Amino acid sequence: MSVKTIDFNRDIDSENGILYPSRVMLDMVNLKKVYPTPKGDYMVLEGLNLQIMKEEFVTIIGHSGCGKTTMLSMIAGLNPISGGNISVLGHHIKGPGPDRGVIFQSPSLMPWMTSLQNVLLGVNQVFPDATKAQRNDIAKYYLQKVGLEDAFNKRASELSQGMQQRVGIARAFAIKPKVLLLDEPFGMLDSLTRGELQDILIEIWNKEKITAVMITHDVDEAIFLADRVVMMTSGPKAKIGDILNIDFERPRTRKAVLEHDDYYKYRKHLIDFLEH
Amino acid sequence: MAYLELNNIYKTYGKGEHVTEVLSNINLFIEEGEFVAIVGFTGSGKTTLVNLINGLLQPTSGEVLFKGEPVIGTSHERGVIFQNYSLLPWLTVGQNIYMAVKEAFPKEKKSVLHNIVKDYVDMVNLSHAINKRPKELSGGMRQRVAVARALAMKPEMIIMDEPLGALDALTRGNLQDEILNIWGKDKRTALLITNDVDEGIYMADRIIPLRPGPNATLGPEFKIDIERPRDKTEMNDNPSFKKTRNAIIEYLMDIGNERKSVSEKEYILPDLSPKNFVGSF
Repeated sequence: MSVKTIDFNRDIDSENGILYPSRVMLDMVNLKKVYPTPKGDYMVLEGLNLQIMKEEFVTIIGHSGCGKTTMLSMIAGLNPISGGNISVLGHHIKGPGPDRGVIFQSPSLMPWMTSLQNVLLGVNQVFPDATKAQRNDIAKYYLQKVGLEDAFNKRASELSQGMQQRVGIARAFAIKPKVLLLDEPFGMLDSLTRGELQDILIEIWNKEKITAVMITHDVDEAIFLADRVVMMTSGPKAKIGDILNIDFERPRTRKAVLEHDDYYKYRKHLIDFLEH
Repeated sequence: MAYLELNNIYKTYGKGEHVTEVLSNINLFIEEGEFVAIVGFTGSGKTTLVNLINGLLQPTSGEVLFKGEPVIGTSHERGVIFQNYSLLPWLTVGQNIYMAVKEAFPKEKKSVLHNIVKDYVDMVNLSHAINKRPKELSGGMRQRVAVARALAMKPEMIIMDEPLGALDALTRGNLQDEILNIWGKDKRTALLITNDVDEGIYMADRIIPLRPGPNATLGPEFKIDIERPRDKTEMNDNPSFKKTRNAIIEYLMDIGNERKSVSEKEYILPDLSPKNFVGSF
């Protein structure tokens, strides 16, 4: 028997129309979103279908206002679904839950709490049976991973935006979600800080392989992090326009990725999509 | 003699024990008609550098020469586009630009000045908003007003301090093209400060990194040998583009790695699984 390679692109796969159901982590079926306006209904998303596999990192690009954030907030359970459904491991989602961790564009920390307290806030919920010392260890482990061991006891309000976003990353990983949702988490940072945080994110991810869906505007970020880049068409009635498989080995280094023969081919493909 | 010349510039803030050196040993030469980009990061002293060139600040030591003359104050020969737009909130779009144009051409007739205002408002596609005040405009529109204001003064040199940083990709691309258009038409000299390597490569003849402060200083220059007009999509097939881009990014990555702190203590992650919440929310 020959070894089967997994083809993530469901359109190309012919396996009875069902793609390795046991490998599917997140499934969006015929997803629809309508916002009512005084001039009638505004259809943001229509007929959107996307399957995301276990241990897969998917990035999503598209123009401002195309409905990317709407889609992500529906997966997070923060925004009601107007039609179709979203399931995690075969269970339809009903609202927000700790099986889906979110890293927002603005860090969204409790400003009066320390970094440690902010991370513990989530850890306490998902490890109810752990001892206090164990929970502290979990929080500290991830804060150290994001380079904040000197800032355990600093209040969020004392931290720079880049540091706050590091706490956000630690907080999301510390609850060990099934799916990690990232809404342009580095969009507000300058490009050097952005690169540093991409490295930190992917280093932790390489160890934990949590299924991840990330929205970004940054074509290079999309390629560096992803197994697949999903391109969304402009709204109204946004849907998936194109999908690009990124066949770089993992773990990746930025240098190797930049110098890979296919890098600028991928980059051109994505820029071409965005410019037309 | 270069068109703009910075010789051995040092700039410190504070006094006595509290003195911080922001810029150290900055040497920069820009030729007439050239487009130079300086790529730097938050807190590296970029804005201080811009203010030394436009005359809002004086160096602690060293000299800034514009066409061979020391820069001692601001001048409309050097138009500045600021990051935060800096429009007067009580004036309309037209009035904001008119004020600058009147300053630059004090002897011209009113009707001529009004025509200049109209032309530049037109150029940035804001004719429909000429009578609006800044607070009625989006961020992108405000920045277009700031661009129109700087260019309407027909400065010999355009100085831009991260002018497009706060804008979305689409608006940003359009304004980049408009600025390039104006720069190319009259062969002005331009200096762009940015944190976006791709913006620098798309627009400039040369890119010079500013190493992060304190004691910020300029790194080695990278020449961008790509024919104009440049095409953001097609550039990806250009070997010179790939090579230069990788060299700049790798240079900046190395600076980033120098900043990284190494931690000694290892924290051990307890071997625990979270409660299973799948299906319950």
